Amino acid sequence: MAVSRVRRNGRLAWGLLAALLALGLAIGAGLAIGGQAIPLSEVLDVLAARDQSDAAIIVWEQRMPRTALGVVVGAALAVAGVLAQGITRNPLADPSLLGVSAGAAVAIVVGSFAFGIHTLAPQILVATLGAVAAGAGVLWLAGFGHGGVAPAGLALVGLSVSALIVAVISVLVLLDAETLDEYRFWLVGALAGRGTPTLATVAPVLLVGLALTLLAVPGLDALSLGDEVAAGLGVRVGRARLVAGVGVVVLTATAVAATGPIAFVGLVVPHAARAITGSRHGWLLPYAAVLGAALLVAADVAGRVVARPAELQVGVVTALVGAPLALILLRGSRPVAVNA
Amino acid sequence: VSRFPVAVARSGSSLVARVRGDAVSVLIRRRGALVGLALLGVVVALGVLAVAIGTRLIPLDEVLRGLIGQADRATTLTVQRFRLPRVVVGVLVGAALGLSGAIVQALTRNPIAAPDVIGISAGASFGAVMVLLAFGGTTVGSGGAAAGLSRIGLPAGAVLGALFAAVLVLGAGGGRNRAGAGFTFSTDRLVLAGIICHAAFIGLVHWGLAAGDVDQATRASAWLMGSLHGRGWEHATALAAALAILLPVALILGTRLDVLALGEDAAASQGVPVARTQIGLFVIAFALTGCAAAAAGPVNFVALLAPQIARRLARAPGAPLVTSALTGAALLLAADLVARLIVPGNELPAGAVTALVGAPCLLWLVRKGLRR
Repeated sequence: MAVSRVRRNGRLAWGLLAALLALGLAIGAGLAIGGQAIPLSEVLDVLAARDQSDAAIIVWEQRMPRTALGVVVGAALAVAGVLAQGITRNPLADPSLLGVSAGAAVAIVVGSFAFGIHTLAPQILVATLGAVAAGAGVLWLAGFGHGGVAPAGLALVGLSVSALIVAVISVLVLLDAETLDEYRFWLVGALAGRGTPTLATVAPVLLVGLALTLLAVPGLDALSLGDEVAAGLGVRVGRARLVAGVGVVVLTATAVAATGPIAFVGLVVPHAARAITGSRHGWLLPYAAVLGAALLVAADVAGRVVARPAELQVGVVTALVGAPLALILLRGSRPVAVNA
Repeated sequence: VSRFPVAVARSGSSLVARVRGDAVSVLIRRRGALVGLALLGVVVALGVLAVAIGTRLIPLDEVLRGLIGQADRATTLTVQRFRLPRVVVGVLVGAALGLSGAIVQALTRNPIAAPDVIGISAGASFGAVMVLLAFGGTTVGSGGAAAGLSRIGLPAGAVLGALFAAVLVLGAGGGRNRAGAGFTFSTDRLVLAGIICHAAFIGLVHWGLAAGDVDQATRASAWLMGSLHGRGWEHATALAAALAILLPVALILGTRLDVLALGEDAAASQGVPVARTQIGLFVIAFALTGCAAAAAGPVNFVALLAPQIARRLARAPGAPLVTSALTGAALLLAADLVARLIVPGNELPAGAVTALVGAPCLLWLVRKGLRR
């Protein structure tokens, strides 16, 4: 028993290393491939010594922040997906189901419609506020205050709140074509054109948030056994959910504010990661983070390649790539109970 | 022995209607029947109100005379040509959505698995937006081309999109069983696949909104809310023709839902071909959603909410199909009335109201369920 667990952990460690290698390849492609291809050797040269050449400007000022943003946002979305599925014990749960993405979106639209906020930095702030408010509202309505919440309740409350917010947005953009014109470009979900300032704003929050989710590991492992068993093991169920719930809100809010909603990563990557690691969150979370980052960066590269000279936004690529991938995963897997 | 082909017997508060030879027997619960009649009354009342109320208020007696063509020409024209078809489309769309939601929720035993959550409405949206992108450029601003777009192009796109989504979702619901030999069908897998397809289609819709010009985006986002605005007899008759086939099949096949609810093994032991029945019912439900979306756009929340309300009204075990259909019709008519009246001089889409009202209602239901 003990021997097989050690061997299993060893295998998982090698697997994680392989995933990191894949992420490295994706990052390399993210720096080298684009409207103007730069050989990998030249990329490495300008990375080592920044000069004033075209290649250096492209790599340092455009592709580097874009790729780095892809890494942190991809990791954050995937980890938020794991957390959301863990606290709701519902494999369909995804950050967008908890109202967080919609909260960020409505804040951006209201900010533009009512207060004329059109620049990126205040938009990120406003979106974060909206996402936190919506996430907190969902947690509160689902009854976190009074001793825990049924998983189905949380998913249903999140769904209702999201739908309500989407309806508000739709009415607002119907009334004002100018708001719609701005909103529709944010809505696709893109890494392009966000630049270093966005990265500098959101990266610290996301990295700290990702590190802090490790605190939720014991609670999530216990929750996966069911509330009664978890309580029997001495875990305070309500508090474990709250810690993970805060993680979902912070990670998703920041990611969505930076790039717009990219819903697919949070749904697919946790499933893929769980197929490799099983349900132990100590392995599941790092796997999800690395795979999420690799997926988002690779999708961004693909979007630059397929539609040359134009670009396909990364949100479209994740939908086009992620959906068939998820359906294939699903066909191979044993059916899981998804009753809310 | 009665000579009538149908025998009716009373048992407790229910009636049992038996077709001769005991081949078919239908249990009619008295409460269910009363609720159904009351809902029918509500639908008719809302329909009459919807015909009466508008930019020009028509008195009720004029409405009735207009319906049979006895009022003056202007009133008759307003009633028969503009307001009545809109009401008919509303009733049919609402009923289709309510029925579709009841079937899907009963099959999946999942209260949030409405057809607008598992990808079918999103597929319809995708199809319509692609049609708008392809043919709805700013050059098609007005005239015959614009009318053709809204009468034929968008509905066709919606139906094709819903069909595409239904094939994807149903295909993913089927699969090889664990031994790798036989074919299995799993509603759980179907729901998961549906959520995946929903996310993908919505992503593509968002891309469509960004790829077109602002005019196309405005038109698309108006259609995407779901509305009864400007719906005429051509929408009503096409939808009625589709429902004339789908409704009876849904109600007949739907009688097997109660057996399926006992569990798949129990249903199989009763001689019900489980997978075939499930697939058939999903096809019907998805077709209902697709037709509704073609006529009115993807109206949200009716399919999700109507069965929930109907179940609480009828208080009967099992899937309340007829009650859900009537509830859906009443919901959509009421939503359209509110949408026309709430902002004076500026009509909202009915889908905005169903969502703005439906979401808090669902929230309330959930909270009530949680407290219990």
